[in-house]
Amino acid sequence: MHLAYPAVLSALLFCTGLYGVLARRNAILVLMSVELMLNAVNLNLVAFDVWLSRAAKETLHSGQALTLFTIAIAAAEIGIGLAIVLAVHRNRGTSDIDKLRDTAEGPDAAGPGTEGPGTPAAGKAEATA
Amino acid sequence: MTTITLAVLVPLLPFLGAAAGLLLGRTAPGFVRPLAVLPPLASLVLAALVAAREGGDAAVDAHTELTPTGSVPIELALHIDGFAALVAVLVAFVAACVQIYSTGYLRDDPRYPSYAALVSLFTSAMLLVVYSGDLIVLLVGWEVMGICSYFLVGHYWETPEARAASLKAFLVTKLGDVPFLIGLFALGAEAGSFRITRVLDAVASGGIDHPTVIALLLLAGVAGKSAQFPLHTWLPDAMAGPTPVSALIHAATMVAAGVYFTARLLPLFEASRAAMVVLAVMAAVTMAGSGLAALAQDDIKRVLAYSTIGQLGYMTGALAVGDRGAAVFHLLSHGAFKALLFLAAGVVIHAAGTNSLAAMSRMHGLRDRIPDAYWTMTVALLALAAIPPFSGFFSKESVLGAAEHVTSGHTGHAPGAAGWIVLVAGLFTAVLTAAYATRLWLLAFRGRGAEAPDHGRQPLTMTVVLWVLAVPSLAFGGLAYRALPGWFDGRDLTPTLLTSVLGTGLALVGGLLTYGAWQRTAALAARVPLGAVAAHPEEDAGLVEAEAIASHAPAYGDIAYAPDPADPARLLLGPLHRHAAAGFHLDAVYSALFVRPVQAGASLVRFLDREVVDTYVHGAAAVPRLLGAAVRRAQTGNVQTYVSALLAGTVVLVVAVLLVATGV
Repeated sequence: MHLAYPAVLSALLFCTGLYGVLARRNAILVLMSVELMLNAVNLNLVAFDVWLSRAAKETLHSGQALTLFTIAIAAAEIGIGLAIVLAVHRNRGTSDIDKLRDTAEGPDAAGPGTEGPGTPAAGKAEATA
Repeated sequence: MTTITLAVLVPLLPFLGAAAGLLLGRTAPGFVRPLAVLPPLASLVLAALVAAREGGDAAVDAHTELTPTGSVPIELALHIDGFAALVAVLVAFVAACVQIYSTGYLRDDPRYPSYAALVSLFTSAMLLVVYSGDLIVLLVGWEVMGICSYFLVGHYWETPEARAASLKAFLVTKLGDVPFLIGLFALGAEAGSFRITRVLDAVASGGIDHPTVIALLLLAGVAGKSAQFPLHTWLPDAMAGPTPVSALIHAATMVAAGVYFTARLLPLFEASRAAMVVLAVMAAVTMAGSGLAALAQDDIKRVLAYSTIGQLGYMTGALAVGDRGAAVFHLLSHGAFKALLFLAAGVVIHAAGTNSLAAMSRMHGLRDRIPDAYWTMTVALLALAAIPPFSGFFSKESVLGAAEHVTSGHTGHAPGAAGWIVLVAGLFTAVLTAAYATRLWLLAFRGRGAEAPDHGRQPLTMTVVLWVLAVPSLAFGGLAYRALPGWFDGRDLTPTLLTSVLGTGLALVGGLLTYGAWQRTAALAARVPLGAVAAHPEEDAGLVEAEAIASHAPAYGDIAYAPDPADPARLLLGPLHRHAAAGFHLDAVYSALFVRPVQAGASLVRFLDREVVDTYVHGAAAVPRLLGAAVRRAQTGNVQTYVSALLAGTVVLVVAVLLVATGV
């Protein structure tokens, strides 16, 4: 199989994911989009590993090994991410990213010490879970 | 033990007592009273032993250098001559009496442990001043006394009067102490040593180049400590402290330190005729002014405070005519009878429940309630007024006699002008002294009106001390005037006929005038009811006194003055009364000269700090704040916006890298 097919497919997957991260409102859909992007990368890793091992006698298959790592980490990441989203939803009654704007400083809160935690959903959820 | 060991123990014992008292005061309350009373008593015994061994012969000198201190060495030195030996006995005697009296006077006071420890520390500092043969070591004792005085005057720090008085006492004496310190350094630099014996040797051999400047600088410190004009204003206000403190610090010992210091270094002062004349003028103004002020005071303790200032004026007067024997003689006899007067006044205030003479003059039979205080105070007042068989007569006549001796102008050690100034002022003050002593006695003990309240018997510790002190007040002068010249410079202290007759006659005139005025005004007392009594007359004496002092200003309108038409002083002083009661407005002058400029300076500094310095600080903060506000607009809180910006940045970077890599 020519390398172009998996490369194009992964590019499409990545763009779909990117669009989802940038445009979706629901936090769960955003997480799913992140998974799409991750899997696009995984696909690239496997495809190029096969291509390289054929061309340059690369026998270690480090691309495939790395893919296994990425899958494991992605599983952990999605677990934590979903837990956070669940906690936020319980606390706030919504998982709409547009409404989770705690890091923004309002026009009245001008003083120091009022900035929220690092990432909006993560910080809040950890503090309140 | 050698004399020197004994002498070292004399100031050391009260110091150790004070340290132990401060450490154990809370944990072991049972030890507080023994620790307060025993060290001064032991010091008294040791000081008497030292005095007996010294015996007026050659001075005992000892010195040791702890560590080299640069150009002019500072040594731990003792110099015990007749003056030091006797004054130390007086200090230890009065301190022991005061400590015994305090156990009764402040028996329910929660702060008694720290009080007793501070009194012991004070005693130790005074004994150090007395025995020290090194001027810097003397200065240490001098300043420790200053800080102890601050704490003890402020013992009732709940009342604003006591707080203000302790601050005032500290600041005014420091006003004198700064020139004093400079004077000591100048003296040490010129004499090449701080040892008193070496300094006196240098003075005798003419080794001091600027005696006038040094003497005047030292005089400032002496005036502050000994409450001489113009630095005397702290002493009447210091009466806001407990009565035993007034007796110990502000009558018998601390104020005596200035006189004693001058007596020790008198040859230095004699080297400058200008300093002697200044000393004489200071003494004269102090004597006469304090006599008039004492006559107009309403608070019994303020009368005694002004009287102390006046008697110290006699001592500086004796020094101004170059007779330190007479000065220290008066210091000794005055120490005894003034301590007695204050301690008896404490009993009177406790029994009457007020410190106001106007209120006491409306109480009948106060003298029957406190017969001990009545009789001992009578003795002490007779001694104060210098009536012949009492001790004050002999010491005061020795001062007047010395002044009269100098007026002839044939003496080398003191200018004739000083003699005249001291003699005239001294005789005038004799009238005033007798007048205010009589007034105090008549108003306190011959009151007419309602029966004096009965608060039970006074504690035994308080009344016994009064009788102990009454003995020297009665007999010390007559017994000692023949023996004392052997201890001092050898100059005769026997009263001369002329000044004795003049002084006693004037004292009688003053007393009789007051009595006549009292006869005329006393009838008015019944018509004008007046008087406020402490809220808890059954409590211990210290509390009664604190309440009496605190209620004086609200009840009578002023801390020193009462609108009492039955006061004989009003008749005697006429229009001067109002001004004399206010201490001739010297406090107002100080307030205009020092307090207000300092306050104006403080408000200027405050303005500069708030309006000028802070403007720069605020300006420096405003620029970052504006920049921060601009940046803050980018923070929308929407994660997707951030990721979009991130993507845009990545794209721009990738394009840039590609462009660079392809070399377009």
